[in-house]
Amino acid sequence: MPVHAMTPDYHGDVKDARENYHGNIMVFIGWDHHLLFCASKAIPLPPDMTFGQLIEQVMPDAFGQHPEFKKINWETANWLLDGQAFSPDLSKGLEEQGVGHKSLIRFATPELMGYANAGI
Amino acid sequence: MATKLNIKDKYRLLTRDLDWDFDYQDRKEAFPQEDFEGIKITDWSKWEDPFRLTMDAYWKYQAEKEKKLYAIFDAFSQNNGHVNVTDARYVNAIKLFLTGVSPLEYQAHQGFAAVGRQFSGVGARVACQMQSLDELRHVQTQVHAMSHYNKFFDGFHEFPHMHDRVWYLSVPKSFFDDARSAGPFEFMIAIGFSFEYVLTNLLFVPFMSGAAYNGDMATVTFGFSAQSDEARHMTLGLEVIKFLLEQHEDNLPIVQKWINKWLWRGYRVLALVAMMMDYMLPNKVMSWKEAWEVYFEDAAGSLFKDLARYGIVMPDYVETIAKEKEHLSHQAWWIFYNFTHASAFHTWIPSAKELDWLSEKYPSTFDQYYRPRFELAAEMEKAGERFYCSGLPQLCQVCQIPMGFTEMDNPTLISYRDSVYKDDRYHFCSDGCKTIFDDEPEKYVHSWLPVQQIFQGNCGGADVETVLKDYYRINMGADNMEYAGSPDDLRWKAWKGVA
Amino acid sequence: MSKVYIALQDNEESRYIIEAMEEDNPDATVIRQPAMIRVENENKLVIRRETVEEKIGRDWNVQELHMNLITLAGNVDEDDDQLTIEWKQ
Repeated sequence: MPVHAMTPDYHGDVKDARENYHGNIMVFIGWDHHLLFCASKAIPLPPDMTFGQLIEQVMPDAFGQHPEFKKINWETANWLLDGQAFSPDLSKGLEEQGVGHKSLIRFATPELMGYANAGI
Repeated sequence: MATKLNIKDKYRLLTRDLDWDFDYQDRKEAFPQEDFEGIKITDWSKWEDPFRLTMDAYWKYQAEKEKKLYAIFDAFSQNNGHVNVTDARYVNAIKLFLTGVSPLEYQAHQGFAAVGRQFSGVGARVACQMQSLDELRHVQTQVHAMSHYNKFFDGFHEFPHMHDRVWYLSVPKSFFDDARSAGPFEFMIAIGFSFEYVLTNLLFVPFMSGAAYNGDMATVTFGFSAQSDEARHMTLGLEVIKFLLEQHEDNLPIVQKWINKWLWRGYRVLALVAMMMDYMLPNKVMSWKEAWEVYFEDAAGSLFKDLARYGIVMPDYVETIAKEKEHLSHQAWWIFYNFTHASAFHTWIPSAKELDWLSEKYPSTFDQYYRPRFELAAEMEKAGERFYCSGLPQLCQVCQIPMGFTEMDNPTLISYRDSVYKDDRYHFCSDGCKTIFDDEPEKYVHSWLPVQQIFQGNCGGADVETVLKDYYRINMGADNMEYAGSPDDLRWKAWKGVA
Repeated sequence: MSKVYIALQDNEESRYIIEAMEEDNPDATVIRQPAMIRVENENKLVIRRETVEEKIGRDWNVQELHMNLITLAGNVDEDDDQLTIEWKQ
């Protein structure tokens, strides 16, 4: 039963439906083992933004506060999209390569272990 | 000559005998919410109120409690009690209390008034009536106690408004909204068990003892005065569980599910209390971990052993909770340290002495995982770049806390869980929250998540600063940001005559 | 074995209630914390009206306990003469 309600066939109103984002999709982005940032970032993005634009234009605002950010080698970064291994195509749009509304993109930087090598 | 009634007879006459039979109305129509949750009640007369408190005795003792309490508030205020707290940093815990917890007391008042109406058993109705009145008393005494602080510190001025809107206050608010939008029996377990037994017992006992230890006479007094009612509420919560289990065997799986759900919901809200204890009390009484061991593990261990005779078992994730006690307060404080610019209270890096206390209390985790976070923060602050996290965080769909909790077998990796329901993806901080969603997705698809609402343009502005200033009504630069150098800090130093 | 406990506000009335509890529950442990006193015992604690009256030197109604009570754990049973807190297992 999807809900235990008094009203038969009760349906919730989906508060975060894609059409509420004025053409954007909501994407969550997290840098694994870099807990200076307490949590992943929530960012509304145009679905046709390319992955290259994401790295160039979005990542510095989202993660540039970290002292290791400038040392990131994007070539060796490992990516997860909604929990699955993922090889982004820099020239393709987000939606075109499977990044959906409320997808979670995680990246790990194997050569960077975080502040004091402590995952921070 | 009339003889004096004993407690049991008096209780019977003044509760059970107040009920009446329905001769021209259908009882089912009079109590329309009693069946839909699947709970089966065969005999309401088996309901036992262990304290057997009747309304006349209730008014008498509550009035005496109030007289004592308000005499102390007057004394506190007339003697400038606010300058006698250990340190003005402490007052930030009280800001969180007023904005996060006191409105829950009001929600409890409304909730018990509403569900009391829904029970066809008179014993339950009388108990709900008293609890509803108690909760109203709690919110009133808390507002009165803290109004003194409002004269001298920032962050107290808009508490009901903030409770309805501010991101971290959606955590306690949504907890109560979840309970109040459930059926009457689930509400009783949610509040009677989770809120009273799990949550307020940790908030009002070890934290209040801590308030006393930090010179806050007003808070400890309202806290213990409220808790004298909570002891009755906790007992009622336990009685409700036993009553439902004794009524019908079909109630067992339903009650077990509610216990599992609400224990986790209550525990997640307690993340706020954990950081209040470990980070916001300058004089320490006990660590969060110790408080959890004494007030939950020992007490609940006994409770679950007691309930075992009905077939109730401990929820699976109690093991996760046991591991998280080494991490919870640190991860919660770090979330607020990250987002202090968006909060109506201040945060800070613990002093060297406090860091050492944390190392001592959390020998297996603090130095490895958390001390370095504060070392990096201190370096950034020294370089003139006090860290305020850019952007907005991902939130859990159920508890609504920013997803800053980690895997217990890999404590530098965020714990991510998700579910896809009707083509939409939903994210959770834990198996506990995911299980709750998966059981009732139609309920949680309409969680009002503050971050999402900001991005949808429903919070009065596109940029975060406008949201904070106009929609949340945070006095920018006074209510929010780092403690050191804040107006609170400067006033405190002026009162104390230190530079 | 499971522990039951009760915590009372640290004040003049509680002092006598605690004394009475110590007498009626010889195995109980009394723990003093800031502003509160916690009494715990294996499985059962009892507060007897007569013993409290003896200590406090006046009539004492069991329900007066509500004035100083902070918290407790266990199943409660209250009548005119005593309050017991007990785990049944």
